[in-house]
Amino acid sequence: MNVKPVDQARNALAFLEDKDQTASFHNLFDEGIWALRERRDAAAREVPEWEQLRDLASQIKEHTLSNLGDYLELFEANARRNGVHVHWARDGHEHNQIVLDILASHGVKQLVKSKSMLTEECDTRAFLGRRGIEVTETDLGERIQQLDHQPPAHIIGPAAQKMPQDVADLFHRVYGSDPQNAEPVYLAHVMREHTRPVILEAGAGMTGGNFAVAQTGAIVTVTEEGNADLSANVPKLRICSVGIEKVIPGVEELAVFIRLLARSALGMRITQYTSHFAAPRAGGEMHIVLVDNGRSQRLSDERFWPSLKCIRCGACMNTCPVYRRSGGLSYGATYMGPIGIIMMPSYDLHRYHELPFSSTINGSCSNVCPVEIDIHEQIYDWREEMSAKGEYSVTKKAAMRVADAVLSNPKAYRAASEVGETAMRVLPHFAIYNRLNAWGRRRDVPSPVTQTFHQWWARNRGDGVPPADASSERPSSETSG
Amino acid sequence: MAAREEILTAVRQHPPPSRDLPQVPAFQGAGDRLVDEFVAALELIEGDCVVQPPSDLQSWLSERFPEAKRICSAVAELEGTVTPEDFADWNEPADVDVTVVRSPLGVAETGSILVTERELRVNTIATLAQHLVVLLDPADLVPTIHQAYAHPSFQKAAYAVLLSGPSGTADIGGVPVHPAQGATTLTVILSPPTDGGQGGTEAPGGSTNAGDP
Repeated sequence: MNVKPVDQARNALAFLEDKDQTASFHNLFDEGIWALRERRDAAAREVPEWEQLRDLASQIKEHTLSNLGDYLELFEANARRNGVHVHWARDGHEHNQIVLDILASHGVKQLVKSKSMLTEECDTRAFLGRRGIEVTETDLGERIQQLDHQPPAHIIGPAAQKMPQDVADLFHRVYGSDPQNAEPVYLAHVMREHTRPVILEAGAGMTGGNFAVAQTGAIVTVTEEGNADLSANVPKLRICSVGIEKVIPGVEELAVFIRLLARSALGMRITQYTSHFAAPRAGGEMHIVLVDNGRSQRLSDERFWPSLKCIRCGACMNTCPVYRRSGGLSYGATYMGPIGIIMMPSYDLHRYHELPFSSTINGSCSNVCPVEIDIHEQIYDWREEMSAKGEYSVTKKAAMRVADAVLSNPKAYRAASEVGETAMRVLPHFAIYNRLNAWGRRRDVPSPVTQTFHQWWARNRGDGVPPADASSERPSSETSG
Repeated sequence: MAAREEILTAVRQHPPPSRDLPQVPAFQGAGDRLVDEFVAALELIEGDCVVQPPSDLQSWLSERFPEAKRICSAVAELEGTVTPEDFADWNEPADVDVTVVRSPLGVAETGSILVTERELRVNTIATLAQHLVVLLDPADLVPTIHQAYAHPSFQKAAYAVLLSGPSGTADIGGVPVHPAQGATTLTVILSPPTDGGQGGTEAPGGSTNAGDP
């Protein structure tokens, strides 16, 4: 177990300076991820009731989470009525053991699975692999990461941090394909040629679940490739693993989420496969594993429960300047970006205590969130929590002590900002960009201004008198005059 | 089952403040030209739509897929070379070139069509076939996803899938490509059932200038 805290900022440096990548890779990454945000905006603008849908989605999630026990029992009853075996797992290990037992009781050695962040959380692949089960990921991006022994870099596009040439090299190494051909259509074909035979012969198939519909007992997957439908339908034995927070009341509510999810994630109106698995086929078997793994604990936390509303669209990371300039792997976590920042500390406070500081708190994540999680406020609350729990790095502690003294004293603040501006003009570069100034490590400090706001006010508005306390100041009419 | 009781107790311990389940309004979508909207939406996701149904489906198929050898027909309108019932194992449709199936529901907003185990009989014929041809009665089009979910299939089907264009992926370099693991092309033919057991006479091509259902 690695309990060393994740240093996201340091990992981000590696992403920005990675010598193996072409010099501009991080710029391409940034542009590619931002393009998703732009497509999301265009898709949202098409829908006149978009904001109303977000309100509804948020309310439906809050309603369901506040009655989660009842909805879970309803879901379970309906799934059982459909002939499905329902299992409950308190944590990742229990989940993995249940899956292993199901596979072992059928003598299954080969499992095909579609993408599931929950099984990443539970480290299911490694667990099963050590016990002689060969697990094949059938989602292209997820398979790439599996073959390269890397976790997903993005919850929607696991291989987002790879160039097509990286994939061409990887597939050449593993499958003997043409290393010179880095065309995505060719590489997708290589994947199809090598994965289909595995799917056709597998003894069992596994999927995650985007939604679990209480009213019908169905698991819903939202995918593009067709791999989830093949994994779930070709073998006779089907296992669906789903987090307990994925339950929603009925299909009427499901419609709201289906309209929001693909638009938020990819800027598409819908993905190619919106699949509803309610019952096994004749002669087949279907199992659903409902997994807690820390969710019930977060649900009872009056500050941090709202992250359970998440429908895993990834819009918050696509809009986040820190994510786009750091890459998803820098978070060292199953969930990355803004949503990861507010989820991961509840799994392991010490290990992820630096994550809440990997944010500019610009609020963009909250504004694009289809279920209206107040992500940036949660990030701020987590910073407070880290402070309260003493989970602060030494440099941050020292800097915060100084900031606290200066910011709580107006005179000291004024003096400090004037001295600071002067210092920035006269100090040599190395004195400003040193290791103690974490902020300036990868940024240029803004050019020093010739006068501070208070100096400007004194000269232009105040007849030499500094402005009164800002809080008593009404907005002036200077723009209308 | 200790885990079940423990989890249910835990989620009831300190739940978030209770909130009523909101009523989802009956959103009607942008317009009332359902066929046009459906065709445009399907085009966005690189699916094809044949608005005037061919008078002879068989010859249309051989023209459209001249290389196709194995045609799996799940519809009364076409014989094909194989039917779903011929597959003993659900991995067998892997060598099917074209599957033809009828959908009971299309969605104008998204260009999606619904299929369930009722139409497919063998669920994998839709995803394993290289090409998918879907017959859809334009009268079965609904405006948005909201109306789609009122379809009874979502209450009773063991497997129901809204298919929206051919299988794809943008997992490499963010470039959308077809196919991934599923069908390479998806073509919807807007055609009312010709002999659906309702005693209707065969209506050769162009019976429809479909508006709203």
